[in-house]
Amino acid sequence: MTSASAALDPAAVRRIARLARIRLPEEDVAQLQTELGAILGWIEQLDEVDVSGIDPLASVGQATLAMRDDVVTDGGQTEAVLANAPARNGTFYTVPKVVE
Amino acid sequence: MTLELTIAGARDALRAKTLSARELTDAHLAAIEQLDPQLNAFITVTADAARAQADAADAAIGRGEGGPLTGIPIAIKDLFCTKGVRTTAASRILEPFIPPYESTVTSQLLRDGAVFLGKTNLDEFAMGSSTMTSAFGPTINPWQRTGDDTRLVPGGSSGGSAAAVAAGMALGSTGTDTGGSIRQPASFCGIVGMKPTYGRCSRFGVVAFASSLDQPGPFARTVEDTAILLGSMAGHDPKDSTSMDRPVPDFAAACRRGVRGLRIGVPREYRADGMPAEIERLWQQGLDWLRDAGAEIVDVSLPHTKYGLATYYIVAPAEASSNLARYDGVRFGLRVPANDLTDLYEGTRAAGFGAEVRRRILIGTYVLSAGYYDAYYLKAQKVRALILKDFTDAFGRVDALLTPTAPSAAFGLGENMDDPLKMYLNDVFTVPANIAGVPGISVPAGLDADGLPLGLQVISRHFDEETVFAVGQVLEDAAGFTAKPAIRAKVLS
Repeated sequence: MTSASAALDPAAVRRIARLARIRLPEEDVAQLQTELGAILGWIEQLDEVDVSGIDPLASVGQATLAMRDDVVTDGGQTEAVLANAPARNGTFYTVPKVVE
Repeated sequence: MTLELTIAGARDALRAKTLSARELTDAHLAAIEQLDPQLNAFITVTADAARAQADAADAAIGRGEGGPLTGIPIAIKDLFCTKGVRTTAASRILEPFIPPYESTVTSQLLRDGAVFLGKTNLDEFAMGSSTMTSAFGPTINPWQRTGDDTRLVPGGSSGGSAAAVAAGMALGSTGTDTGGSIRQPASFCGIVGMKPTYGRCSRFGVVAFASSLDQPGPFARTVEDTAILLGSMAGHDPKDSTSMDRPVPDFAAACRRGVRGLRIGVPREYRADGMPAEIERLWQQGLDWLRDAGAEIVDVSLPHTKYGLATYYIVAPAEASSNLARYDGVRFGLRVPANDLTDLYEGTRAAGFGAEVRRRILIGTYVLSAGYYDAYYLKAQKVRALILKDFTDAFGRVDALLTPTAPSAAFGLGENMDDPLKMYLNDVFTVPANIAGVPGISVPAGLDADGLPLGLQVISRHFDEETVFAVGQVLEDAAGFTAKPAIRAKVLS
């Protein structure tokens, strides 16, 4: 991990943006490389902490997930569900053509 | 006079019929009309709906009915979904979004009779400590330095909610706190802000930032008023699997408990290098007040405090990158026209997200990506376990902790913007409570040399909000904080 941020070259920045599905103008790559590199370098202070034998903690929530009957509790809300659709056709969302 | 009331005082006046809910709401709408063009605390004002709710409140009071908040005008952070009212999260990507449903917290406030004045400004998707990242422009802090008209930030992310209450545009408001987003703006604006235990208030219908950290909570001008609001906001919700099925105590009654016999911890690692001397002095003053009121002061150690921020800035972006994946231009929100689906996603998200949100999504994507997951995300989760253990150990010895809320008073608009890391340091004292999930409050305790408010923070055990309120009330009584931002004089005269 010590060299992780050093590995953040322009190609890595473009790859992360691609994974995140955010279009990145080429002129923004250099600045993001600097900013993300600085943040990642700072984060690497966690290397000082001895975490051997420690179990990862995903959440401090103390609720145990409740089980409920597998039944419909709500429904028939087609118009509410589609009310904010940027584009629709009848009761369907529409997107640009996916399959040729 | 109407705008000087507390929630508790307004409730008494409404019940005694010396004041009508309509008068109270109209006075606050007038204050919004007069002050908000300068402060930009609101993204959406719902004046007509507020008047209708106020009239309904008057009718209910006339029938001898009414709940704990009937007729009380409050403001709602624009991160809570409100049925039929635009909810933006201060982002371009949600600008056209009108939720067809109500968040659980706001539905409980409405159930108890509250009047909603409108939706308040925030950092985009609650990512920030200043409201500078809002797509709707920053909120301006109602406070100014003595003899200096520099415009200051209200803190963030819930800066609009804090500024609205500080300026007298609402009696109370809601916020959400992921790393300090209620407590830090409360400190910057000279009001009370309370982050409950993770799981105390439902997150259903609250636009998600980092799900394991986010927690809704109240703002008001007194400790008791925040307790009254939390009483309505809290409670189990089957729609949020992380909300806890526990009884909601009488928080307002807990404000009168006092601190006699309580052990108050002073975490030695919070003595940060370069902390202004006046904040150090105020902290000492707070300890003296609590000792004078019968508490015992105990030095404690939270050895992993130093690693709280770095842990936070891995965990929060990781969760955010996952939560914000839903903003893809398909089902709701902004859509940028495109020729294929990938273009639609990439174009919509590039146009819809601001610089800070984009930065955090990219960090989150990186720390979760193949090859880096163990080194960053898994490691951060292990450090998180150690930070939680620090708190658990400390609360084996003490009942509450007292710390400063923020390392500075409110800063100027645009300061700290050039360097994201410098901005992140604002949250150094507040972030650990989110990582551990424990409750905390910020209480205004004094003014700095420039006449700006400074807050003290009280933290206690999971689900022991009652001790937080008890200690907070003693601080409030001892501090006797009565200063008001000069801008309020305009509407109070």
